[in-house]
Amino acid sequence: MTLAAATNENLANLSNTLIYSAMAVYTLAFFAYIAEWTFGSRSKVSRTAAALTPDAKGAKKDAKKAGAPEVTVKKAGGTAVLERPKVVTRAAAGARDVPDGPGAHGGDEQGDLYGRIAVSLTVLAFLIEFGGVLTRALSVQRAPWGNMYEFNITFSTVAVGVYLSLLALKKNVRWLGLPLVTSVLLDLGLAVTVLYTASDQLVPALDSYWLYIHVSTAIFCGAVFYVGAVGTILYLFKDSYENKLASGGTPGRFATSVMERLPASASLDKFAYRVNAAVFPLWTFTIIAGAIWAGDAWGRYWGWDPKETWAFITWVAYACYLHARATAGWKGRKAAYIALAAFACWLFNYYGVNIFVSGKHSYADVG
Amino acid sequence: MSTTDTGKGAAAQDDSTAVRDDNTAVRDDNDLGAAGSQLSTAPREDAPNLPSLGVIGWARWFWRQLTSMRVALLLLFLLSLGAIPGSLIPQSGTDAMKVEQFAKDHPTLTPIYENLGLFHVYSSVWFSAIYILLFISLIGCIVPRTWQFVGQLRGRPPGAPRRLTRLPAYTTWRTEAEPEQVREAALTLLKKRRFRAHTAGDAVAAEKGYLREVGNLAFHIALIVMLIAFAWGQLFRSEGNKLIVEGDGFANTLTQYDDFKSGNLFSTDDLPPFSFTLKDFKGTYARTGPNRGTPRVYEASVTYSEGADGKEEKAKIGPTDPLRLDGSNLYLVSHGYAPVVTVRDAKGDVVYSQAVPLLPLDSNVTSSGAIKVLDGYTNAKGRKEQLGFNAFFVPTFAGAGQGQMLSQFPALDFPVLALSAYHGDLGVNSGLPQSVYQLDRTNMKEFKDSKGNLLKQRLLPGETMKLPGGNGSITFEKDVKEWAGFQVTHEPGSGWALTGSVAAIFGLAASLFIQRRRVWVRATKGADGVTVVEMAGLGRSESAKVPQELGDLAAVLYDTAPGAPDPDAEPEPDAKDPDAKPTAGAKTSEADPTPDPQAVPAEGADK
Ligand code: HEM
Repeated sequence: MTLAAATNENLANLSNTLIYSAMAVYTLAFFAYIAEWTFGSRSKVSRTAAALTPDAKGAKKDAKKAGAPEVTVKKAGGTAVLERPKVVTRAAAGARDVPDGPGAHGGDEQGDLYGRIAVSLTVLAFLIEFGGVLTRALSVQRAPWGNMYEFNITFSTVAVGVYLSLLALKKNVRWLGLPLVTSVLLDLGLAVTVLYTASDQLVPALDSYWLYIHVSTAIFCGAVFYVGAVGTILYLFKDSYENKLASGGTPGRFATSVMERLPASASLDKFAYRVNAAVFPLWTFTIIAGAIWAGDAWGRYWGWDPKETWAFITWVAYACYLHARATAGWKGRKAAYIALAAFACWLFNYYGVNIFVSGKHSYADVG
Repeated sequence: MSTTDTGKGAAAQDDSTAVRDDNTAVRDDNDLGAAGSQLSTAPREDAPNLPSLGVIGWARWFWRQLTSMRVALLLLFLLSLGAIPGSLIPQSGTDAMKVEQFAKDHPTLTPIYENLGLFHVYSSVWFSAIYILLFISLIGCIVPRTWQFVGQLRGRPPGAPRRLTRLPAYTTWRTEAEPEQVREAALTLLKKRRFRAHTAGDAVAAEKGYLREVGNLAFHIALIVMLIAFAWGQLFRSEGNKLIVEGDGFANTLTQYDDFKSGNLFSTDDLPPFSFTLKDFKGTYARTGPNRGTPRVYEASVTYSEGADGKEEKAKIGPTDPLRLDGSNLYLVSHGYAPVVTVRDAKGDVVYSQAVPLLPLDSNVTSSGAIKVLDGYTNAKGRKEQLGFNAFFVPTFAGAGQGQMLSQFPALDFPVLALSAYHGDLGVNSGLPQSVYQLDRTNMKEFKDSKGNLLKQRLLPGETMKLPGGNGSITFEKDVKEWAGFQVTHEPGSGWALTGSVAAIFGLAASLFIQRRRVWVRATKGADGVTVVEMAGLGRSESAKVPQELGDLAAVLYDTAPGAPDPDAEPEPDAKDPDAKPTAGAKTSEADPTPDPQAVPAEGADK
């Protein structure tokens, strides 16, 4: 019956072309980000050192004030900026009070220009890749999440989408650009080589609207967890750097150049936490949606199939992370390691279980 | 002691410590005493100092440990680690064959694994121990937290700490307005913003975001509901399989099932009465493309009635689309073909005419099975006998002379039935259970063909195989029916599990997205008779939103209590140049060893 819905070769080919084009543009974006970092290294700021050495109080106060929101007082007959109370913020006890770095361009104009170019290229590549995913979906007349190739292309599109949305919301996340685009290139490289699967329709067990809900949220969560993991890794590096400075050490020139331009470790940590915490309820929902789907498809809601088990492990690991942050002695680096372990579980569930472990979910065929 | 008046009830203990801390001056400068306490109901973390109090002391100590965040964290850890082996080692619950294979391949490891319960991790003693401890810990954590929270709701937000400058967000200004006026305006403003607010001494204390705690408690309680529902479901569940050929029916009683499993507490009275008939099965397959032969549509059309004598209704059941009956779900789990055959005896009378369901062996539905003629057959010599046929069936034959009886495609394109024939005693009366798909040939004799070999023949629809010696015949009718395998599961508690999970998601969202925070507004007369307003905000975690909100509130309040000239009578560079150094009042005390010029009078005011 639905055989009539034969896959549309032309669209499928167009999709492949778009994905390859997106890879090309991402590569350009990659080089632009590299240029941003390179030019940025000309600036020789060392705010962190300044903030962490006792004889540099001045810099410290400046930084504090930068964090205070400006308050505008409305007066009858127009808005006038009057003398207004300034809010002073203050880090929690024990927390370091370090200013955020200026970003990859390090205040260098040329670097900033390349950074902007990189972002524009990322937007362009995102649009092309999005087109690739869309045409793939049209060519198979279903959501494009039937096999690992399709998971991969959707995954990277969503990850870049999340990054660009954060940028659009004026969040200070441009430092994510280089690591993100690098891994998107890896992800797409894997997709078009090892994981490529010609477009086709779904086996009946996959053909359910719960698929759309479960798989789309799973991919979305993965992409967001990934962004969180990048934040966590950078946090660990930056934290070591700050620790070294605080204990009187002198980090290497390269480390200094890179680290000085990243946000403060506390900001990175907070960023990672927010991202992970924001998506954790959705991940919970994803697992429950999967259980409902499994209930419909296989007659049991939960059967400890490897995929289900690893989704559960990932969930518990992120719950560990959230708890660790609320537990004395586990905050900071230890919690960050847990977050990375949790993301590793997610990755293993995505690649490892599909490839190495056979279970009911093994229709996500590879190759 | 008006500044630390925290309202009644909730925090008697913390109050006293807070007062002491305040009076013994600045130690840890983030120690906010009562003001910072109970911003969540998370258990206090005390160092594990060993008790010296005998059994009760130890029991108490053990309980405190078990219900601490640290141990909960550890147990969560163990739970995730413990779940791993079950995903890598074959589990008898899901795939018993793989376990057997594993046992063959690893003769030394197997007994060790067996002792550790690694072939049924999720029902093993140690895995159960982890999650049972975790849930005891969870309950031991929730109950006191709930009481504590109820206490907080009944009490009022704690009063302002002495030094508001110590809080993460702080602002101050001087105004001509009277302190009472300022406090009143602050109270109104905060209440309008849906803070719970009250005036305690010289300051207004306000708190908001209690829903966070509600959500957090709801989430943890929902976890318990889910676990109980899950356990309940396991104990009372039942699961039976039934193969039904098109046109046949089923009534839900134990004897009708081909096989049946149930939980420990299940009783057959729990089987809800219903019946259904398989009208038609439809299967279509991909004809082209790389996935040629994979199923596209499976659909079973049934009529069913619920209850003892319910009305008959129609439904379609698909692989992901079960039929939900009162308390049970009817799943389509397998399908295959059932060729219709007719057997005639020596006199030519029909002794057997049925659709014979055969079991699929591969994805192209190459099928095998047995045809057993139990009674009614008499052979050429007039003696009663039983007949048995081994049947092999392919829906799409490769073509004569093209190799074996292996199906090329799962649809009925070129059906061929291959039979071999036996006679004698089928052994069904021996009392031993016997598979309907296999012949027990111990008391059966082969029919021989003209060359003296076992009589075998491939039949096309409509063709007949004659049994030698005038012993009758068997005909492959031009009708091949399909059969569908159904699984009937009855899993009580799944409704509760679902309710619990929905509650968990909402609770979690509230717990993670809502900030619980406090705001204090203190208004006092300074030494020079001018009112000093101080505002401070505190959130459970450091968040940009707390200073943001404080700024908003301050801006509104500033409108009712506009600024007065600075006592130092500086020319106020701030007003024009926002990037200039902070004003004296806005300075933080942390970097400043000398007492804050404005915080001091504020504190002195009530001495
Ligand atoms: C099944 C195991 C559990 C899971 C999945 C779980 C999950 C969570 C999550 C996701 C949070 C939110 C974290 C946040 O507010 O940042 C949380 C908070 C919390 N959990 Fe659990 N939890 C579990 C068991 C427990 C147990 C056994 C305890 C008892 C000690 C506990 C005590 C708490 C407390 C006190 C908080 C609030 C933390 C705070 O407000 O700072 N949890 N839990």
